[in-house]
Amino acid sequence: MPTFAFDVAHMFAGALVLVSFTMLYQNRLPPLINTLALHSLLLALSVAWQAHIQDHPDLYVTAAIALGFKSVFIPMALHRMVVRMALHREIEVTVGTGLTMLLGIGLVALSMDLMLRVTAGAGALVREDVALALSVVLLGLLIMATRRNAVSQVIGFMSIENGLILAGTGARGMPLVVEISVAFSILVAFIVIGIFLFRIRERFDTVDLQALDRFRGERP
Amino acid sequence: MTLPAFNPIAALLLTSLIAAAVLAFVRDYRWSARLNVVASLAVLLVALRLLNDRPAADDFFIADDLNVVFIVLNAFVGFTTSLFSASYIGHELETGRLTPGYLRFYHAMFQTMMFGMDLALTANNIGLMWVAIELATLSTIMMVGIYRTHEALEAAWKYFILGSVGIALALFGTILVYLAAVTDIGEGMNAMAWTNLLRHAATLDPSLLNIAFVFLLLGYGTKVGLVPMHAWLPDAHAEGPTPVSAVLSGLLLNVALYALLRFKMIVAANPATIPVGPLMITLGLASLIFAAFMLYRRGDIKRLFAYSSIEHMGIIVFAFGMGGPLGNFAGLLQMIMHSLTKSAIFFSVGHVAQVKSTQRIADIRGLTTSHPLLGWTLVAGVLAIAGLPPFGVFMSEFLILTSVFARAPALAMLCALGLLVAFGALLLRLSSLAFGEPAGPTPPVRASFLPIFAHLGLVFIGGLYMPGAMVAWFQNVAGLLK
Repeated sequence: MPTFAFDVAHMFAGALVLVSFTMLYQNRLPPLINTLALHSLLLALSVAWQAHIQDHPDLYVTAAIALGFKSVFIPMALHRMVVRMALHREIEVTVGTGLTMLLGIGLVALSMDLMLRVTAGAGALVREDVALALSVVLLGLLIMATRRNAVSQVIGFMSIENGLILAGTGARGMPLVVEISVAFSILVAFIVIGIFLFRIRERFDTVDLQALDRFRGERP
Repeated sequence: MTLPAFNPIAALLLTSLIAAAVLAFVRDYRWSARLNVVASLAVLLVALRLLNDRPAADDFFIADDLNVVFIVLNAFVGFTTSLFSASYIGHELETGRLTPGYLRFYHAMFQTMMFGMDLALTANNIGLMWVAIELATLSTIMMVGIYRTHEALEAAWKYFILGSVGIALALFGTILVYLAAVTDIGEGMNAMAWTNLLRHAATLDPSLLNIAFVFLLLGYGTKVGLVPMHAWLPDAHAEGPTPVSAVLSGLLLNVALYALLRFKMIVAANPATIPVGPLMITLGLASLIFAAFMLYRRGDIKRLFAYSSIEHMGIIVFAFGMGGPLGNFAGLLQMIMHSLTKSAIFFSVGHVAQVKSTQRIADIRGLTTSHPLLGWTLVAGVLAIAGLPPFGVFMSEFLILTSVFARAPALAMLCALGLLVAFGALLLRLSSLAFGEPAGPTPPVRASFLPIFAHLGLVFIGGLYMPGAMVAWFQNVAGLLK
């Protein structure tokens, strides 16, 4: 059974990296939001599996949060926001898709090499999990860095968060994972509610760099 | 039934937490400002009690020589800032920049931030510490965006984005530290308790600790405001309410630095890890020199002093990176002097910006003529932060330079260069701000000068004389830091 347990955990973690890659080439908002929902769904499955094989029932709470809050509620809220606030559906990118994908491959190779080398002492399950989790985190950073639009930055941030939860559940018996996932959810909820309340639509629509410079308050 | 024994740590945390909850429901802003002052005073009294009554460390909380210094400083600046805030917000309400509803929110967030910082400082669990720093950051993000102008929302957004990236990297580092510990200490809460980690530090996996420290340095370093992760800092300081700028510079940067120091102690206690000093020295010097040159081109008075904060955090990280008893001692002293001086400067700048209704340096002139008291306190503060004797900042910078000169003259030259460049920029700006023909509106200032005098007085005394007990305490902490 241990090998089967390992294979399934590995499959979910690998699938998360794959979905992170598909986020890199989405150039419209609604499909990107759906990809996030899929990403969170995979995380929920992965965490539930870890809860099962590690015999840590409290991780089911984290899985439930990933499923209910991050793969259903937040994507719905974001879809609603796109419609209500009439945001541009196109995502402005700062780096071309091809180059972004190449950078992504480089980051995954980097994290594999780094993590597999330094975690030589830990068990195979932990090593693979942490290495794949770091890939998800770095790909999320890449999404945040190459997108100008605020909704896609939130999505990039949530994929980073998914990677961190993956790493936290992969690390055997790490305490506070549930609390940390709750803290993250509160953070994301605040931001999404904040966007609704403050109606900072202009911030989301504009990619006009001159406007941003003016906002920075560095008037001569 | 006997009451449980008085626990200062619990009292410290509960005071801010209860105050935050109550303040969320107080409608009249005069009452909420007073309540905020009372709560901050209570926190200060409890913090002072921690000086000689400390509970033993458990799985979640710790009070030792290192963090008590930070807690007392935190509580003191928190209290003076609440006094300043009470005299500051009335004006914001009159000019319509804030509404009573927002003020209620502001006061609740102020205490939430104090709670988050105290929780981070007293946490013995590295996961809890991370959650606490996130809470403190989140509440400051809310306060930075409170004016709801384009600039304020932009600043809050930038702070959120960079802050979350930092927090994500720091969490990854925290998980790696846990992984390094789990083989030795065993699964569960024990492997996240800082005291356990330090006790077992020598046998933890060194390569995992190395990687973990790099993530933690980049993650918490973002919050410290180290170059090149500093981009959020000037915006957040300039666009938020001035009391928030004062606590950001004076306290929140220190709390992130404190987290970094705790991890540095673990990594340094393991003989097989890479030395972390050079990493901190590089980032510290880069921040110092970059910020010193950036000071020349600032057009906004709060941005000017925000860059000065980056510069000083660079010096402090540099000093802790050099390490050794003298380096750590000087770093600790510099941190305290910087907190006190910089928040005093922000208190004066807040009133200056209110009477002149602008933050543009070009529009503010001749303050010593139009508002003598305010102008001269600003002059004193800027001279102190620029490192002139007899103020305390001079003493700590002098200690840093002399101790480094003996060990690495080249690094000391770089540090001295940064200090001189910053000195020139600050004096240049000060001469146009404080002297010459007054320009712009000159309404009388309604300010409470007590916080400014208290801070500058302490910095002045600290530059001339330090009590022996305090010196012994700091030497002890410097020894702990290695």
